[in-house]
Amino acid sequence: MTDIIDTLAGTATGSPLEALRLRRPVTRDNAEKTYRALFQPVNVDDVSLAERFAVALFVAVLHADTASTEHYGALLTGQPDGERLLAAVLAAAEAGVTKGPYGAYPDGPLSVENKAGLQYAVASAQRDAIGARLAAALDHAHLLVFRPREASPEALAALAAAGWSSTGIVTLSQLVAFLSFQIRVVAGLKVLSAA
Amino acid sequence: MNAPLQHPVITPAVENAPVAFTQDQIGWTPWLAPLAEDQLTDRHWAGLVEASRAKSPYFMLLVRDPDVLEARTKTDKDIFYNVEDGLPRAERELAATAASRENGCIFCASVHSRFASHFSKRSEDVQRLLDEGVNVDLGERWNAIIAASVVLTQTPPAFDTTHVDRLKAAGLSTEEISDVIHGAAFFNWANRLMLSIGEPLPAG
Repeated sequence: MTDIIDTLAGTATGSPLEALRLRRPVTRDNAEKTYRALFQPVNVDDVSLAERFAVALFVAVLHADTASTEHYGALLTGQPDGERLLAAVLAAAEAGVTKGPYGAYPDGPLSVENKAGLQYAVASAQRDAIGARLAAALDHAHLLVFRPREASPEALAALAAAGWSSTGIVTLSQLVAFLSFQIRVVAGLKVLSAA
Repeated sequence: MNAPLQHPVITPAVENAPVAFTQDQIGWTPWLAPLAEDQLTDRHWAGLVEASRAKSPYFMLLVRDPDVLEARTKTDKDIFYNVEDGLPRAERELAATAASRENGCIFCASVHSRFASHFSKRSEDVQRLLDEGVNVDLGERWNAIIAASVVLTQTPPAFDTTHVDRLKAAGLSTEEISDVIHGAAFFNWANRLMLSIGEPLPAG
């Protein structure tokens, strides 16, 4: 059975990297199950497939991860209106590329570590093409990727105002957070297997 | 009171919220309504993995997407608790603490710094990581694990062969380095949940 991390990492059959992953079958199987629960879900009432693939593509571009960008871009392209969404989401993501983590801590002794950075929002040129609901998700995904320490109830209220349910916000948060894991496992294992 | 359907977001009035990294047993409160026990179906119970997690507002909020929560929890447990071989528990928790320190998750860092202290018996060194930050000097083996966890936590990740070489020089095997990668990577998942759907409460 295909495994998304092996696919993205280019793991060859019989390679040392394949053996390294098979050493932890429970981790391997459950990382794969998370991927399927997010991207082949049994229930799309709260988050559509196109929304899932669009946010994933956006997160992949923010991580400058070529293999993930191609993977989620192809999935988005296969959705209704996918070609048009692909172009708009790619443009929105490219405008959000920066380096993280940054952000402000709650006022106190950690304030000396506050680090300023881009406070991203999808530009109006793309917002029309993307729609207010998906644009709100991309704004939130940027916050989660680069400055998670600045998350707030106000950020969730912006999602709710754009039509996101509480369950939808949980799924969206899991999707961005899981991809932050998946992309790092792939990046780390590729470096390790090449060293 | 907010009208729950139109305004589902909770803004808790937290007094004396934690504003520094600590090994104290602090709490956490959600910004969205967790499910209640009487709302749970069999699929939700399976998502919780352990029935005792029905007492946790964090897991009762995440269980709104039970399939993802179940797979997340099983991934977490295997990366940190599977001690058949590989990196010692203390150093898996050190990687988790370093990632949480870099991302700025006060709650995650509190839990996993306590675990790192418990397993390593180096509570003062762990406290220095919390107080002084990720550039603290705790001896080369821990320094190498912290540095690798931090560069992997950056976006985009800046982990490269120099970090692998440094870990190998510090005595880590390929399998142990894989455990560092998975421990730090997992906390890039966990931090982004814990930070974004609720906030820490003071100890006690």
